[in-house]
Amino acid sequence: MAVPAGLLYSKEHEWVKLDGDVATVGITDYAQNSLGDIVYVELPRVGASLTQFGSVGVVESVKAVSDLFTPVGGEVLGINDALENDAAPVNRDPFGDGWMWKIKLADTSQTSALLSPEQYEALIAEAAH
Amino acid sequence: MSASDTLRRTALYDEHRALGGRLVPFGGFEMPVQYAGILKEHDAVRQRAGLFDLSHMAQFELFGDGVADWADALTVNAIGTMKPLQARYNIFTNERGGCHDDVLFYRLPDRWLLVVNASNAGKMWTYLQERNGRGDVRLENRHGSRALIAVQGPAAVAIVAPLCDLDTASMKYYFCAEGTVAGARALIARTGYTGEDGFELFVDGDDAPALWKTLLENGREAGLEPAGLGARDVLRLEAGMPLYGFELSEELSPLAGGQKWAVKMNKPEFVGKSALDAQLAADDYDRIAGLVLEGRVPARTGYAVFEGDRRVGEIKSASLAPSVGNHHVATALVTKAAAEIGTQLEIEIRGTRYGAQVVGLPFYKRT
Repeated sequence: MAVPAGLLYSKEHEWVKLDGDVATVGITDYAQNSLGDIVYVELPRVGASLTQFGSVGVVESVKAVSDLFTPVGGEVLGINDALENDAAPVNRDPFGDGWMWKIKLADTSQTSALLSPEQYEALIAEAAH
Repeated sequence: MSASDTLRRTALYDEHRALGGRLVPFGGFEMPVQYAGILKEHDAVRQRAGLFDLSHMAQFELFGDGVADWADALTVNAIGTMKPLQARYNIFTNERGGCHDDVLFYRLPDRWLLVVNASNAGKMWTYLQERNGRGDVRLENRHGSRALIAVQGPAAVAIVAPLCDLDTASMKYYFCAEGTVAGARALIARTGYTGEDGFELFVDGDDAPALWKTLLENGREAGLEPAGLGARDVLRLEAGMPLYGFELSEELSPLAGGQKWAVKMNKPEFVGKSALDAQLAADDYDRIAGLVLEGRVPARTGYAVFEGDRRVGEIKSASLAPSVGNHHVATALVTKAAAEIGTQLEIEIRGTRYGAQVVGLPFYKRT
């Protein structure tokens, strides 16, 4: 399961790519693989103010509905509209075309509550047992 | 003790593990819900062929001259009129007209095979014994010891026929024969639960792993892939086939569940007949309707269904349906009026209502 370096991770299996105080968010390879074929994604609205670790949307596979949590809080700057019509990129390219939303961090110190790639790898290794 | 300690394994458990199957509890067994992915497996079955382990389903064997009369009195469809080597869908009803289980009967020269849902296996075994107080029939429970492997899809004949010692290519749909498959003694049946042509192979559990491997190997070129219960659920929903616990239950009659075709009211007597007679006469019962959803938002079991401002029912099964124009489809238990084909309904999903239209079942029919 891919866990790219240079990203931060949440225990709820989202990834965060930081660029100054702007973060791009998606779900991890582990998450998409666990969910199976993803058929629908409901994303937060642009301009919405999100609280760190709050439930902000849903991701639906053929079999189940799961909540999406935001690993960092702040204002939503943009969303990956293309996923509304075709959620397949989340399975195919979770760290690339499958990205979900961009958010302006309310407080950059929030990132201290996130996991490093090494910590996240340990988390999913444990989940596999 | 964790839940997994009480789960049973089929004879093919090691094969599922080796193929990377994702195992989940189902009907008391650890069963593969998927291997490569539900949609990929669905596609294999519709375009080529899929290989299923259905050994979790319970196989009961029934012996004696009295089986047909005895079983006819417990079920809605006709059993006495079945020809030798014929298979037939049937439903065991309760006194209120609800369903104990939906099943398949196979009439063999010296016995009958009855296949019941895994989730109802214990209940049905107890019920059949209770109903056999006078000893009309002899019942043998083969649940767990006999395996069931299904090969489903347009390439099924090309894959299975060369491995059999009898002519399976000319076997009619819903007929069966006893013979060998890849050397294993088997009941070979042209039945299935996917809406495609195919076979169900009933073999001894000890013979199942070798047969499974031979089928996978011989079928590789024809595009045979292992398929899990996730794909099976999408396939059966598209094909308009009910799943016990969703379209049928102890509370939902065969009529409500869309299985009126299987109810033979001309049979002299059977459990629940008077209740079904009353339902037919009043014709005001809620019933299963097929819905095609307008948007991309999936429906789920239990979601409320509205016609205008009025709640008219709820979703029973739902899925993305690749073979139905890649729309989302659902079955819903709704009022008689709302079940009319062409009715415009709405499904409430997380507080928002989304349009859906009532269509005739099945959603998908093979050409």
